[in-house]
Amino acid sequence: MVMPQTDAAFRTDAVPAEVAVSARNISKTYGEVEALKNLSLEFPRGQLTSLLGPSGCGKTTLLKIIAGLLEPTSGEIVVNGKPVKGPGPDRAFVFQDFALLPWANVLRNVAFGLELRGVAKSEREDIAEKYIKEVGLAGFEKSFPHELSGGMRQRVGLARALSVDADVLLMDEPFSAVDEQTRRKFQEDLLNLVKHENKTFIFVTHSIEEAVYVSDQIAILLPRPSRVSEIIRPTGLRDKDVDMLRRDPEYLDIVDQIWASLRSYVE
Amino acid sequence: MVVFGFRLPMMASLLVWALLWEIIGQLGLTFFVPPLSEVIVTLFGVLPTRAFQTALYDTAYAFLAGVFFAVVIGIPVGILMGKSRLLDELLLPWVNIFLSAPLTALVPVLMVLFGFGTKTIIITTTLFAIWIIILNSRAGVMQINRSLIEMSRSFGASQMDALVKIYFWAALPEILGGVRIGVIRAVKGVIIGQLLISIVGFGALFELYSANFMMSHFWAVLIVLFALAFSISEFLAYLERRVDYYAASR
Ligand SMILES: Nc1ncnc2c1ncn2[C@@H]1O[C@H](COP(=O)(O)OP(=O)(O)OP(=O)(O)O)[C@@H](O)[C@H]1O
Ligand SMILES: [Mg+2]
Repeated sequence: MVMPQTDAAFRTDAVPAEVAVSARNISKTYGEVEALKNLSLEFPRGQLTSLLGPSGCGKTTLLKIIAGLLEPTSGEIVVNGKPVKGPGPDRAFVFQDFALLPWANVLRNVAFGLELRGVAKSEREDIAEKYIKEVGLAGFEKSFPHELSGGMRQRVGLARALSVDADVLLMDEPFSAVDEQTRRKFQEDLLNLVKHENKTFIFVTHSIEEAVYVSDQIAILLPRPSRVSEIIRPTGLRDKDVDMLRRDPEYLDIVDQIWASLRSYVE
Repeated sequence: MVVFGFRLPMMASLLVWALLWEIIGQLGLTFFVPPLSEVIVTLFGVLPTRAFQTALYDTAYAFLAGVFFAVVIGIPVGILMGKSRLLDELLLPWVNIFLSAPLTALVPVLMVLFGFGTKTIIITTTLFAIWIIILNSRAGVMQINRSLIEMSRSFGASQMDALVKIYFWAALPEILGGVRIGVIRAVKGVIIGQLLISIVGFGALFELYSANFMMSHFWAVLIVLFALAFSISEFLAYLERRVDYYAASR
């Protein structure tokens, strides 16, 4: 795999972290459309990797293949050393449109992943309660999704994914349907989650700023051929103060650099 | 509704028609329409009679059994059709044919196949109700949000889980609509069955009263039938409104 290093600010890890998920030579065609072509990428354990790229370049497709919701045309996904054959308890998905049951209250929605896995009612509700508190929705257990704001709904989706305690969290533009203030709060919460939960996060986003803000590793996908064109590790940023980050020169440099490589495909 | 600044109660139009009925009846224009007041007096006379109560029981039994089978078979079949392309291609033409077929014409065939008893009446009732229930359940399933399905798969739902915990609930507003229309069709089915197959229940009463030109009796039983059908359908409409809140947000 080629990993062009164009700037000294982008440090590649000297010591490679343990790999939790790896995508090996993944291709996916939908009829005539070649969505992914021979894509390989590794996701280090305990870190957040962003998939960043223009619309239609196959980010959702890759995420769903990792989730086991789609079959690749060729290639394989390996999670914790085992090849993926379908959805499994080692991965949990957070959906762009939340995918909540509109007829069930918050408690049941959050516990729904556990319900499908056959966990007894009282036990799964205890676990759900814990994560409802963790995402800041305490007191809304009995509310229904249509009574919540977009941001609160996504917290429900997040709590549901967390409560099944999967190793790998797959998030498809989870913050794209919420307003800017909520989004920023979410990004901070996400950084905390990555720090405190020992999970591997795979995060799809359209936003360069968001990717640089939350990621340990950013994979830039480009259309035709849809594969990883560049991997950027803003490792220097992770030790810095979160509040100052958006004004940090290194942060701004990386954002500019990514924009420079993407803009030719947007024009 | 507000007319000339007056708020009219819900059933105002019914009152207008009732008044018109009474006037036409009182004018004695035709023996076919006795005054409403006379019909109502007859109604209260008929209600406590043994003949009426047996008829009510027979009709209610056949009706409820017929609706039961239509619901229990129709909803799963409709859901499966919405879910499986193959099944849909296979069954949809038949469902559409039977939905618009003159089912009354089939009753003699059913009598040959299943005899002249209650069983055949129940089957007739089911046949009247089931097709619209199937079609509506199918339509409900076909517009389910794909990501709900993916969500359940990603958390490891079995086929059965998905059916019972996602498809059924997501399609519930349409299913209830189908059941409501199905129930109204079942009323037709059970009466036609009781008229054509074996002369029992309300069918027998209608037959008896119309053959003897007992029009106020005839109308009295018709009013009872209408009231029953109306209450059931209103109850289902109420349930539909209860699930309306999520119909828009699936
Ligand atoms: N079910 C499908 N059938 C046919 N083509 C599809 C299907 N799903 C996706 N595609 C095509 O595959 C390509 C990649 O789609 P994908 O949804 O993965 O892109 P994306 O990077 O997630 O885009 P966005 O940023 O807009 O969400 C697109 O060109 C799309 O048109
Ligand atoms: Mg996408």
